Amino acid sequence: MASHDTSHETYYVPPQSKWPIVGSIGLLVTVFGAGTMMNNMSADSDSSIGYWILLAGILIIAYMMFGWFSNVVNESRQGLYSAQMDRSFRMGMGWFIFSEVMFFSAFFGALFYVRMLAGPWLAGEGHKGESGLLWPEFQFVWPLLQNPDPAVYPGPTETISPWQLPLINTVILITSSITVTFAHHALRAAKRTALTLWLLLTVILAAVFLTLQIMEYMHAYNDLGLTLDSGIYGATFFMLTGFHGFHVAMGTLILTIILLRVMKGHFTPDNHFGFEAAAWYWHFVDVVWVGLFIFVYVL
Amino acid sequence: MSAVIDHHHADHGHGPAKGLMRWVLTTNHKDIGSMYLWFSFAMFLLGGSMAMIIRAELFQPGLQLVQPEFFNQMTTSHGLIMVFGAVMPAFVGLANWMIPLMIGAPDMALPRMNNFSFWLLPAAFGLLISTLFMEGGGPNFGWTFYAPLSTTYAPPSVTFFIFAIHLAGISSIMGAINIIATILNLRAPGMTLMKMPLFVWTWLITAFLLIAVMPVLAGAVTMMLMDIHFGTSFFNAAGGGDPVMFQHIFWFFGHPEVYIMILPAFGTVSMIIPAFARKPLFGYTSMVYATGAIAFLSFAVWAHHMFTVGIPLTGELFFMYATMLIAVPTGVKVFNWVSTMFRGSLTFEAPMLFSVAFVILFTIGGFSGLMLAMAPADFQYHDTYFVVAHFHYVLVPGAIFGIFASAYYWLPKWTGHMYDEVLAKTHFWMSFIGMNLAFFPMHFVGLAGMPRRIPDYNMMFANFNMVSSIGAFMFGATQLLFLYIVIKCIRGGPKAAAKPWEGAEGLEWTVPSPAPYHTFTTPPEVK
Repeated sequence: MASHDTSHETYYVPPQSKWPIVGSIGLLVTVFGAGTMMNNMSADSDSSIGYWILLAGILIIAYMMFGWFSNVVNESRQGLYSAQMDRSFRMGMGWFIFSEVMFFSAFFGALFYVRMLAGPWLAGEGHKGESGLLWPEFQFVWPLLQNPDPAVYPGPTETISPWQLPLINTVILITSSITVTFAHHALRAAKRTALTLWLLLTVILAAVFLTLQIMEYMHAYNDLGLTLDSGIYGATFFMLTGFHGFHVAMGTLILTIILLRVMKGHFTPDNHFGFEAAAWYWHFVDVVWVGLFIFVYVL
Repeated sequence: MSAVIDHHHADHGHGPAKGLMRWVLTTNHKDIGSMYLWFSFAMFLLGGSMAMIIRAELFQPGLQLVQPEFFNQMTTSHGLIMVFGAVMPAFVGLANWMIPLMIGAPDMALPRMNNFSFWLLPAAFGLLISTLFMEGGGPNFGWTFYAPLSTTYAPPSVTFFIFAIHLAGISSIMGAINIIATILNLRAPGMTLMKMPLFVWTWLITAFLLIAVMPVLAGAVTMMLMDIHFGTSFFNAAGGGDPVMFQHIFWFFGHPEVYIMILPAFGTVSMIIPAFARKPLFGYTSMVYATGAIAFLSFAVWAHHMFTVGIPLTGELFFMYATMLIAVPTGVKVFNWVSTMFRGSLTFEAPMLFSVAFVILFTIGGFSGLMLAMAPADFQYHDTYFVVAHFHYVLVPGAIFGIFASAYYWLPKWTGHMYDEVLAKTHFWMSFIGMNLAFFPMHFVGLAGMPRRIPDYNMMFANFNMVSSIGAFMFGATQLLFLYIVIKCIRGGPKAAAKPWEGAEGLEWTVPSPAPYHTFTTPPEVK
């Protein structure tokens, strides 16, 4: 491998690749399937064609991901990449996480807007209080159990208490951020057994988090009447925790694959960006959770 | 280079692969740039044909050609296709072609992802256009797709529209990440940040804006999707949500988006004017800072699109003053362009003609923007043809003239031939006259109260509308001439020198014309 000083000369420009076009087709089929499925669902049609198209799309994407990542892993292990290439990957992952932050901020923004502005106005307070004329009886309190038009949007009877499952989940997720950092230190110190064990512990914690989250959702739907269609509280609650849960699920999958690679002997103490990218992502979902715990559950 | 790498490069080291699969599988920034540019031009013609339908209907008062429902689909699709399908991909195409050449990089930082970004666009727009043929018709709620028009009252095809926006957004985000990584990581030794050509600078800032706001748009359409199919009430006051919230989230994306469409044009014009004035750019550093200031302010002005919707007085005042502040850095830019031309030895080849027209006409669009920025005055102008005139003046002679100027400026580098200057000048003058005829009268009918997005109008607007339509047809037809000029230039013409423009500066002119398939595999030294 070339030394780092001449890394400019060895910037790896890959040959032709089929993965981008496979990915584009996969995404198109996926969204077409998802759209068909949703439209049939809303039109009360019992056609199942949407599900099958969606499944086909997801399988194509899975194939693309597997193939594309294998390609990158193999190139990296053949020593085709330079320190400069490594920086490109780091920038790519960093800016990707920034885009995820902005995605979540749309939903946090919606939550803050409703709680601070739109909700009070609808109850007749403040500068735009004339919208209170729509439903004169409406009182705005948070959590919102009584919606402006309960006939259309029946509110939840109760909301999730932050000091039970959510608190446990907070501890679990923060602990998992710490264990993944321990795994990283072990990797840099070339302690492979410790690396495997810490990473395995992280994956287990992630799985426990997801299980508890599913239990919480079942509790909300079955016992509390807290659902997606229970008004703006349910909408913001499930949108924020749901997208977070989806990201945790993706993060768990990523960490599992990193664990399998570790067990195959991949990564060296000074070349392991795949591991680090997964760890960055994991810390990101952890930070989002802390925001959720504070603004969705506690406050 | 090590032996390993030579071995792996062997299959593509000498030139492009043959046949169609070259384009499908490519990782080459020039191939991908060309595909982006052709895609964008195809969308420009498609969105343009929709504009022709709109103008044909508005040629005379009364309903002649189309039904109002179809008219709504045309205005919506015209806007969406021009914004997401024509202007944005054109600039990404220029970035792909030119940024590696300008900074001395071997390719884009992440070449396979680059191709992924491109191939998502045909998927996104195939899906978007297919909605026009679906039951219930295509999107008919305006390109800003305000809820509840786009949720409660939307046709079923809105679901696919939402997913098309998602795909286009993923494409933009990946493209922007690639551009940032290329600029920050792949500059040749000696190419410091403050030596970068302005097109590179403006794209660096544009890419940041894209990564910051495209995910917010994704969030907005996702909330629409949930409201439509899963019973949430984000934009429905009956459940405690707020339809106005949609506008806030949309315009938090939408306002930076308009700078995404204009900043790269600022960049190219800032390179072309010095080349044809044969003088260095006046105030390079202030240009960089002005671009940064515009981008920064773009996040704090979104509610000026919503003055009439009902926001608190403090909000109106804040967004009014913040919006007017943008005139300061924009004024810096206009001043610098004019000062660059001042006492230069000017010549007026096609790129320069488009650039000078850009400076003058974009400034007109900027001034009408200032008029709209005044909240009390906006109560009168809101949703009239004055707004249509305003944003067409910043987008057509702004973004699109910037793209034409760039195309003529770099066509010799891309094709190895000089384009036909007489035809190009004809293209310019026809476009210039056509676009002014089309859009200038809209100021008057708008101030007199003609509402936008309505297929019929009061008799008193008839004359101005007829003039607008004639101008629009002229502008539209002229673009076929541009297609002809480009094809003619690709197929032949006088050989272009490595540096066909006497006053041009930059690394892209140090490689032969046409640029070889691989350039700067060994980075150049920049002094």
